[in-house]
Amino acid sequence: MSALPNTRRMTSLNFTKLVIFTNALIPLALLLWDVWRKNVGANPLEFATRTTGMLTLVFLTLTIAITPFRKTFNINSLVKLRRMLGLFAFFYGVLHLLTYIWFDRLFNFISVGKDVAQRPFILVGMIAFFLMVPLAITSTNKMIKRLGGKRWALLHRLVYFAAAAGALHFWMLVKSDVRLPLTFAFVVGVLLAHRLLVKYFPPRSSQSTELFPKD
Amino acid sequence: MSDKIKSTEITDKQVYLNRRLFMRAAVLAGTATATTLLYRRLNPQPLKLAEGEKLDDVVKVTREEASKTGYLVDEPQTPLASITNYNNFYEFDTSKSGVAHAAKGFVTRPWAVSVEGLVNKPRVFDLDELLQIRQEERVYRLRCVEGWSMVIPWIGFPLHKLLEKVEPTSQAKYVAFQTLLDPNRMPNQKFGILSWPYVEGLRLDEAMHPLTIMATGMYGETLPPQDGAPIRLVVPWKYGFKSIKSVVKISLVADEPPTTWNIEGPDEYGFYSNVNPNVAHPRWSQADERRIGEYNRRKTLMFNGYGEQVAKLYEGMDLVRNF
Repeated sequence: MSALPNTRRMTSLNFTKLVIFTNALIPLALLLWDVWRKNVGANPLEFATRTTGMLTLVFLTLTIAITPFRKTFNINSLVKLRRMLGLFAFFYGVLHLLTYIWFDRLFNFISVGKDVAQRPFILVGMIAFFLMVPLAITSTNKMIKRLGGKRWALLHRLVYFAAAAGALHFWMLVKSDVRLPLTFAFVVGVLLAHRLLVKYFPPRSSQSTELFPKD
Repeated sequence: MSDKIKSTEITDKQVYLNRRLFMRAAVLAGTATATTLLYRRLNPQPLKLAEGEKLDDVVKVTREEASKTGYLVDEPQTPLASITNYNNFYEFDTSKSGVAHAAKGFVTRPWAVSVEGLVNKPRVFDLDELLQIRQEERVYRLRCVEGWSMVIPWIGFPLHKLLEKVEPTSQAKYVAFQTLLDPNRMPNQKFGILSWPYVEGLRLDEAMHPLTIMATGMYGETLPPQDGAPIRLVVPWKYGFKSIKSVVKISLVADEPPTTWNIEGPDEYGFYSNVNPNVAHPRWSQADERRIGEYNRRKTLMFNGYGEQVAKLYEGMDLVRNF
């Protein structure tokens, strides 16, 4: 089919990205709308913290799910969605941390320090967040080139530590119903196990797979 | 424009593009709707409360009386919408905003409370009989072990009035309480989140204290399911989990009875669990709290502000060890 001049056409990939982008922002839009119409329940701060934290974990999990899915189902183009998912994980992580430091601690860093000392799960959460920072910084094409594919890929294995720390952070704050945190931990574990399995016991018809996105 | 292209061909492409655009719009709208619905399902909206039965002939306390007895806290009362949509009631749901939805339609009639154990006159009391006991209004602070608090206008009667009816023997030193065990009516009892049924306990002198009440209502009406209908314990100077909900059994016993959260985490939740800003929970401080509806955190008060009335119960006791 010939390309039509003067017609703005969107590739399938760009459309898929648009769908993900839109859907990734819907929870934030709903959260802000609920805050604005004062419909966030009895403890708005807790609600905002929990929602942004949960979204961070969801996007982290989706990000690390890309490679196993891509390899299992042989859909290489999936890798082109990974950066966006990872950046959304970081985005919600920033909102989560900001909610805590801004609204819960009013930018009082002494109070933050005391709180971290008393509640180890906050420290674990902070570690998870700071593990994501270098990944967000080096997410651009330029940085991938500058680091070189191998080193970039090595650095970005930190995402597994971030995801594991995130799941642990969630598990540590729950009083007794650990079903949801365990689910996250389980999924993260399975995805990591898949990567290790493929690495150390590669399938015979091992195709060369790119470790980093090209787009 | 050009004659080289057949007009039919142009139309075809337009149709094709339109269809493609339409499909894409549908995908975008469809996924957006699905995401919205999923978000709403995971974050249930506050439930508008069904009207309870009015509780008549409720005795109110005067302000002068209140300052001495602690029966009426002179602080803004937490709105009913918050009290009924922010609940810890794991038998129904472990999400605080989900309990109201999960507990909707919980049948509380008929209901009976068995009072037994080391007593001279063990008896099963029908709920209606318990409602015959003079009902009083008590406006208490409620401090949850998680670090939030409310002020709730309960209606109920002092527990000692019930205990006196069964005449505890001299061997009775503690009182054990038990929540209904019925996985069909309390769905989460099908899962081993906690050891069911939920059990709690008090020392006999704590149970006999005039501040300790069995609540049957709040804000002038019977209790909604999510707040422990039809009858629950309220011990205002202890963390909220001590105030066991939907009680079916009260036994007088000689030894300290097991309590659910203590079984769950012996180093985190003690038998006494008196509100104490100086003894931190292993995973968080108890020095301050967020009063629901307020922005800034409040200092947590010793015995939740009821020290004048209850401190003497613990004279000479090491409250750090007996947390």
